[in-house]
Amino acid sequence: MAPAAPPTSALSLRNVVALSGRFPLLAGVDLEVAVGETVLVEGPNGAGKTSLLRVAAGLVPIASGHLSVLGLDPERYRTTVRRRVGLLAHASHLYDDLTVRENIRFAVRAAGADTARIDGACDRLGLVGRLLRTPAAKLSAGQRRRVALAVLVARAPELWLLDEPHAGLDAGARRLLNELIAEANAAGATVVVASHEPELVAELASRSITVTGGRVTAERTFGPTGAEAPGAAGLGTVATDAPAPDAPAPDAPAPDAVALRAAPVPPPDGGIAHVA
Amino acid sequence: MWRDTVLVAGKDLRIEARSRVALSQVVPFGIVALALFAFALGPDRAPMAKAAPGLFWVAVLFTTVLAVQRSVSVESGDGARDGLRLSGLDPAGQFLGKLLSVGAQLVALEVVLTAGVVLLYGARIEAWWMIVASCLLGTLGLAAAGVLYGALSAGLRVKETILPFLLLPVVTPVLLAGTRIWQAALAGGTPSYGSPWFHLLIAFDAVYLALGVVVYGPIQESA
Amino acid sequence: MTTTAAATSATTPTAGPFPPGLVQSPRMIWTTRIIGIAAAVTVALTVWLGLWVTPPDKVQGDLVRLVYIHPGVAWVALYLAFGLAAVSSLLYLWPRTRSLFWDRLAAAAVEVGVVFNVCTLISGSIWGRPTWGVWWAWDARLTLTAVLLILFLGYLTLRRVPAEPDVRAKRCAYAALFAAVDIPLVHFSVVWWKTLHQGATVLNANLSPSIHGSMAWTLLLGFVALTLVFVWMLLVRYRIGALEDYLGTGELEVALLERRSEGADGLAAAGAADVTAPDVTAPAPAATATAEVAR
Repeated sequence: MAPAAPPTSALSLRNVVALSGRFPLLAGVDLEVAVGETVLVEGPNGAGKTSLLRVAAGLVPIASGHLSVLGLDPERYRTTVRRRVGLLAHASHLYDDLTVRENIRFAVRAAGADTARIDGACDRLGLVGRLLRTPAAKLSAGQRRRVALAVLVARAPELWLLDEPHAGLDAGARRLLNELIAEANAAGATVVVASHEPELVAELASRSITVTGGRVTAERTFGPTGAEAPGAAGLGTVATDAPAPDAPAPDAPAPDAVALRAAPVPPPDGGIAHVA
Repeated sequence: MWRDTVLVAGKDLRIEARSRVALSQVVPFGIVALALFAFALGPDRAPMAKAAPGLFWVAVLFTTVLAVQRSVSVESGDGARDGLRLSGLDPAGQFLGKLLSVGAQLVALEVVLTAGVVLLYGARIEAWWMIVASCLLGTLGLAAAGVLYGALSAGLRVKETILPFLLLPVVTPVLLAGTRIWQAALAGGTPSYGSPWFHLLIAFDAVYLALGVVVYGPIQESA
Repeated sequence: MTTTAAATSATTPTAGPFPPGLVQSPRMIWTTRIIGIAAAVTVALTVWLGLWVTPPDKVQGDLVRLVYIHPGVAWVALYLAFGLAAVSSLLYLWPRTRSLFWDRLAAAAVEVGVVFNVCTLISGSIWGRPTWGVWWAWDARLTLTAVLLILFLGYLTLRRVPAEPDVRAKRCAYAALFAAVDIPLVHFSVVWWKTLHQGATVLNANLSPSIHGSMAWTLLLGFVALTLVFVWMLLVRYRIGALEDYLGTGELEVALLERRSEGADGLAAAGAADVTAPDVTAPAPAATATAEVAR
């Protein structure tokens, strides 16, 4: 049974390293997201934005570091965490043979959410009439995205993880998406959005972090007037322009080099400090 | 867990109702197998009738592989496997749900094959309750082991070829038990010879049910 | 970044029961050699005793000399190798004892077990030919051995599927677990298959003769000899597997550095540099990595 106290932190990562085989998807991420915040995640392709969201959703296990989602350890309280977190990924996780309505019903009931919200969510996203009875195989990419969004809206999870949600949507759908994010925010949910087009989300987000090379390398907060303020907390320089490519490097290697020399003979059976 | 079982089984069976793959491909494969055996052993029906128990169960085993492959491939589109993990469904419930759906297909298959064996091979069944019981218990074991190995091989590119190789040797006890019980249940057999084999089937079912409920979740996470 | 970042060097969760670096230590190399020599000596002794010193059986004649190897290889294949593989896999799956050591041990045990398994089937078949008149008569124990062989081969096939060590280890460990619980069930089903049936007379001639005197001692020596051979092969195979895995270890620290230094243009800035496979003997990986960093 998961502890019942309401979490103060929606997402907490401390020096998280996540591996895919030998490749580090995340190479030491530090991030704190409070409940109710809306955070934008920026960064170039391959930097680790999707990996960050997948780690937060509990899909990718961490190799070291500390991770807590909604105050819980996602590996120990797997089912509980997954029911309270919603991930909107590139793939829409739909069953081709089932209709739109059946897909949504299945996903909502699977998460243990109230099915009464389904109709409202479908209306909101323009999934009405014949479209509801269409098998998922016949949908376009944009329509699939809308179905996945409907699932999210109907489930109303506490933490929304959106991976480039605006990609492939037309202007009307983008407006709708921003409205939904704002509504979710107003309802108290925490929203983390990874996007290549920060200007779309900037007015909704209270904060933006930049991920490069598997780490959070910059942060800026958006003040009440919408103006930017450089982030503090020693996370590095404000990365509005691309810094000299080896600017981060000289800082890091020296301590790591010491660490490497201090490390003993490569022990494949050696331990790691996995603090959960 | 039970709620999730019903959800997943319902989902799989609804997909089956929509796509009719089991009806149009899986069950007919069993009939094709029966026909092939007939060609191999016939045309005289006597050897077929004598071998009927074994032929029935071998056809069921081969068709189980197909049914399990189908059950795994339901989730192979558009990230649906990740979707199941993210869905918040209890893994034990997912295992039982898939087991129910595969099991239902196998029971349907066995009804058809029993009719086939009686009509085509001339097998004469005396102790019907033994036939039914062995089919139900055998199906439970086959489905449990099948869903487990299906989960293990789900993420592999070679899953189509490796699944039969992994699954079929493991279900040998079901084949042996089922065949012996059928022999005892046919005309000329002694029903009491079947009883130790029922114990074996029950043991097999218990072991793989317990295993499945416990390890299905971890297997999903690591694949 | 402080030096406490050293804690993030990550390959496996626990250290396993033996200290790291054991595989290359002089102690291990010498242990392997001694066991190998002991195995060779006892095998030679068994061969000499078995073929020349002990008398032929009254009933089976010289054929009985197979008793010095067949039960021995069967014991190794069916109990030692299989049991070790099953227990090791369980230990790998159990979170508290999870370590790639157990996975490698299980894989080594299965591979060597296949060799002994095939020897069991061949020796059993050779023994069976004069006894039963045919090369194979679906004898209960031999059938069980054959099923176990197929399960072993399934494990090895799974192992060949390209995957990262920990993913592969988990997958194979589960396969081993499923096979392990199956073997007792197969055992009973095969034994009952042979013995409980509706009255047809079957050639049930047993392979086991009666043993006494010098034959008993030689039989025991045979068991010991074959067990030593198994242990020696297991050690060698394990070390090969461990050395293969070692080749990749130093790369994690390098990979982390490369990843972090990826610039805003998204390309791995340091990625063009060639990282040669580090020499397996000790400090080379660290040296290579620091050389990379200093560049």
